[in-house]
Amino acid sequence: MLVSLARLYLRPYSRTVVALLALQLLATLASLYLPSLNADIVDQGVTQGDTAFILRVGGWMLAVSLVQVACAIGAVYLGARAATALGHDVRRDVFDAVQRFSARELGRFGAASLITRTTNDVQQVQMVVLMTFTIMVMAPIMLVGGVVMALQEDVRLSTLLLVVVPVLAVTMGLLVWRMVPYFRAMQKRIDAINGVLREQITGVRVVRAFVRERRELQRFGVANESLYETSLGAGKLMALAFPTVMLIMSVSQVAVLWFGAQEIDRGGMQVGSLMAYLSYLMFILMAVMMSTMMVMMVPRAAVAAGRIWEVLSTETSVTEPVDPVPLGTLSDGDGPRGRVSFEAVEFRYPGADAPVLTDVTFTAEPGTVTAVIGSTGAGKTTLLNLVPRLFDVTGGRVRIDGADVRDLATDDLGSLLGLVPQKAFLFSGTIASNLRYGKPDATEDEMWDALEVAQARDFVEALPEGLDAPVAQGGTTFSGGQRQRLAIARAVIRRPRVYLFDDSFSALDYATDARLRAALRPRAGDATVVVVAQRVATIRDADQILVLDHGRIVGRGTHAELLAGNETYQEIVESQMSLEEAA
Amino acid sequence: MSTTSARPPVTAGPPHGPRPGGPMGPGIGAPVAKAMDFTGSLRRFARTMRPERARVVLLTLSGVVSVALTVAGPKILGEATNVIFEGMVGRLLASRLPAGTTAVDAADALRAAGNDAQADLLGAMDGLVVGQGIDGGRLATILLGALAVYLGAFLFGWLQARIMTVAVQNTMRRLRDDVEAKLHRVPLSYADSQRKGEILSRVTNDIDNVAQTTTQTLAQLVTSLLTVVGVLAMMFWISWVLALVALVTVPLSIIVTLRIAKRSQPQFVAQWAATGRLNAHVEEMFTGHALVKVYGRQRDAAQRFAQENDALYDSTSKAQFISGTIQPSMGFLANLNYVLVAVIGGLRVASGQLSIGDVQAFIQYSRQFTQPLTQVASMMNLLQSGVASAERVFELLDAPEQERDPERPRALERVRGRVAFENVSFSYVEDEPLIEHLDLVAEPGQTVAIVGPTGAGKTTLVNLLMRFYEVDSGRITLDGVEVRELTRDALRSRIGMVLQDTWLFGGSIEENLRYGVRDGADVSREDFLAATRATHVDPFVRTLPDGYDTLLDDEATSLSAGEKQLLTIARAFLADPEILVLDEATSSVDTRTEVLVQQAMNALRSGRTSFVIAHRLSTIRDADLIVVMEHGRIVEQGDHESLLEAGGAYARLYQSQFAAPAVDVEDAVADPTGV
Repeated sequence: MLVSLARLYLRPYSRTVVALLALQLLATLASLYLPSLNADIVDQGVTQGDTAFILRVGGWMLAVSLVQVACAIGAVYLGARAATALGHDVRRDVFDAVQRFSARELGRFGAASLITRTTNDVQQVQMVVLMTFTIMVMAPIMLVGGVVMALQEDVRLSTLLLVVVPVLAVTMGLLVWRMVPYFRAMQKRIDAINGVLREQITGVRVVRAFVRERRELQRFGVANESLYETSLGAGKLMALAFPTVMLIMSVSQVAVLWFGAQEIDRGGMQVGSLMAYLSYLMFILMAVMMSTMMVMMVPRAAVAAGRIWEVLSTETSVTEPVDPVPLGTLSDGDGPRGRVSFEAVEFRYPGADAPVLTDVTFTAEPGTVTAVIGSTGAGKTTLLNLVPRLFDVTGGRVRIDGADVRDLATDDLGSLLGLVPQKAFLFSGTIASNLRYGKPDATEDEMWDALEVAQARDFVEALPEGLDAPVAQGGTTFSGGQRQRLAIARAVIRRPRVYLFDDSFSALDYATDARLRAALRPRAGDATVVVVAQRVATIRDADQILVLDHGRIVGRGTHAELLAGNETYQEIVESQMSLEEAA
Repeated sequence: MSTTSARPPVTAGPPHGPRPGGPMGPGIGAPVAKAMDFTGSLRRFARTMRPERARVVLLTLSGVVSVALTVAGPKILGEATNVIFEGMVGRLLASRLPAGTTAVDAADALRAAGNDAQADLLGAMDGLVVGQGIDGGRLATILLGALAVYLGAFLFGWLQARIMTVAVQNTMRRLRDDVEAKLHRVPLSYADSQRKGEILSRVTNDIDNVAQTTTQTLAQLVTSLLTVVGVLAMMFWISWVLALVALVTVPLSIIVTLRIAKRSQPQFVAQWAATGRLNAHVEEMFTGHALVKVYGRQRDAAQRFAQENDALYDSTSKAQFISGTIQPSMGFLANLNYVLVAVIGGLRVASGQLSIGDVQAFIQYSRQFTQPLTQVASMMNLLQSGVASAERVFELLDAPEQERDPERPRALERVRGRVAFENVSFSYVEDEPLIEHLDLVAEPGQTVAIVGPTGAGKTTLVNLLMRFYEVDSGRITLDGVEVRELTRDALRSRIGMVLQDTWLFGGSIEENLRYGVRDGADVSREDFLAATRATHVDPFVRTLPDGYDTLLDDEATSLSAGEKQLLTIARAFLADPEILVLDEATSSVDTRTEVLVQQAMNALRSGRTSFVIAHRLSTIRDADLIVVMEHGRIVEQGDHESLLEAGGAYARLYQSQFAAPAVDVEDAVADPTGV
């Protein structure tokens, strides 16, 4: 996953990558050349007492160092550019993919997970690619180069490498292999302890009411102890790792000196070469260590890459029509009026046993209010979401003014609708910018007008900044009821053909609810209004009430008709005669 | 709360998230949350490590030994190289000088022969004997010594790291326990006033961060500093000239690092700012996905994203490049050092002032010297963030605690359940009285229904009764005893509570149900099942594949809201309290479960003094006492019939629900406060 993702997204930057590799090669070769020059200083300069030679080779070493640093910095520059460009492009594509998703895909991944994928996961992949470019690509070059140079200094001594390199690699591998389960377990233990704490903090009243502090302390103690054990286990392994690696390196140095001495005594090698050899040995062992580190790092990034890939390879289930129906041809050529009709609509989530909606048929006429009521899980919100194509039906069809919603361009369809979702979501900015979300060119008068209808004028007027009052992300600076009214104003200002209210009055007290509905009636005029509601009071003057139970319409009619003859409706009314709403 | 007042903006804590590690390792560039009182918090942290002081002494000692041995290594290997070199030169000279000539004689002989350069070289070769190749015995001794030294360094290094791990983990476990204990001692007002995520972040992320930074910095700081000192000493011992040369590159590398860091810092700031903006935008667009779609704003969203994405690319590539140049620059300085040592060392060896092994040792030392310096520099950054986290944990530990229980608390023998509020006043915020001069009596076994609009103070009454909050004036008594004279535990164990917020913990259903059973009380299987049947829990639990052993996850997602509510009722039932507090659910429970919940609550109430925060008319009709609250005062109390007759607020509410048509409701509402 990681490799294919990187390969795909680095393709436009292949020249940069090639240049980068060339620079890294040069830089590493330069580093490898230095010990060899040092050997010359010792063997030809020092032993012969040739001062001029020492100075000349010294100058040459300086030049090589300069080449090395120039190449390395160049490589860092190209690496930083290529890696961040990759991050930039992947992020863009993930964002675009999510934008095309329908509510179904969004629900499958979850908004939180998609946010992480677009931000953290991409960041991780970007970081690994950057590290690969700047550090990791040197490992193989150093390994090969180091071995070649070592062989050049002395072939017989190099058999030592056959022992030292595997020993280090296997030791590192063993340590990492034993550590990984600890790290994995540690994450679980941390999650467990966080879970206990989260429960205690959210359930603080229950814990105290039942006098269960001691029990909670115990529960925490158990989680804490197990995190302690695991951390200690991991820590002890880590404690062993660094000294062990150091020991292997030191012992191999000693071995080089011992066997090197035999070589020199035999006349097969010079002292300078021996010193250079020591340096090469260090290069090689460093390369082995780097590779092992890389092995440790890659799995995490691979998981991130996999998660990104999953998003990129998910097709949206709601697609644009190839040949959209123009708005002007709706209602047999009269243009959009807002007549919404459901014809034998079925909706089921992929892989689900039971459909959410079954055989739902009704028509909402312009100028009327259609209400949908039912208990949670009855499918009310799903029904509403089929109109703006947040989902597509899996059976039957939804029409607006005769045209299947799937045959309308998304923008056209959206322009007919004013949706107020269940969770009143406001965008960060100002009140005005939120209202303009509904109508980009809204004038100030239009805004006040919409706020008035939504019963929000009073509190907005009372704000010192008025329309320019800042709105924090999610609208957290406003109370639930205020948010809901602003969300309603945002829909009202559009003057849509179809109003879609998804339980949008739940946070309003009964009086405000009543006033809002009274103000909305004349404003909606001949538009179609579809209201999903939990509480009867909100909808009892609707022209048509649909009672939904387990995805089916089990009753339709006015409040009076249903109260007289529909059992489910009666049950709902009975259980909901509520004081809170009247107060 | 009036309709016109917006809630005050929530103050954001310092930015805190997973620490992103760059290629430069931890530290450089990451947004460091600065500690407010660095030294103070550091000192306090040192105090929390006090129980580990024996270990800290021990680990420092082993650190010293380990570093000393490590530092000795190159010098010993240098000796070995000298032996080899002497052997080689000795053999070289055998062609010109008689075998067995010592170094001094050989030098004289060479000088006499006019070969000054080679004569000089012999100046530092005491062990040279012409014609006698490499002294195998001496070399073996030296190398065995080196092996011993390295083995020692390994053992002590290991020992140090192990002790370190134990000391740090012990401290972290203790810190976590302290925080946990603290959480149960803070007054509820603390838990309520802080954002839950904020507290959670302190006890989890922050402690974790402290643990990580301590493990990473404490051991390294000690070793790094010791290494610097040791290496410096060795370098001066071998050759002060070379040592000075090597030292020249030190300030140079510090200056270079600082300059680069200084230039990259604004880019990193820009990078984190851009990351923040981009994340915020993504979060907003994804959570508001449906709106963006229906309102046709995808293009704007994409445009804004492209803008932020470009800015992020720009700052990230710059920041990564600039900070990325530190490593090659340091490498260059190290190489420069290497070249200088090689050349000057070579010259000095040639002139006999220095042995070749010393040059070799020196090269290794100068490499060891710069490394710990850069490590310490990057650790300072890490330390900053660690101390900032520790500070946040200490802040929590320092939070004011709830009023202590009385020294000699009154004990309750048999509780009858008479509860009285006597002239009680209370406010959450000073000068904003919420409850004023409230009087209320619940006789044993009575059901008291409390009704009124949101914000009237219904929940506050419960908070005061449970002593989650303390009254400002007046008193609350239980069977005539003021509740403050009891311990909180004694009081609360008499009261069962069912809240709208159906809190269940991760564990089996049975464990959850038995949660409230008093210590020592034994609930037989029959009693347990009788309780679950009375509260309608039994039938639905039986339909679950694992029955009462079904594990609930954090959010108990496998159960519906109504089923969760039933579980909390059964939990209170099993606790068998004398007094009940019921907050009826307004949350959307489906109609059929709703009826069951009602019945379960009724079963629970029988024979117990009950306070019901009522939302449903059905509950109220048969309550012994109905209390209508508005603005923290009781405006009416009495039973259903008498209140209806009185024709006051309650009667109006009741009429509006059952008799009057919808349009008239507005007139019925005397005071449309809301939200």
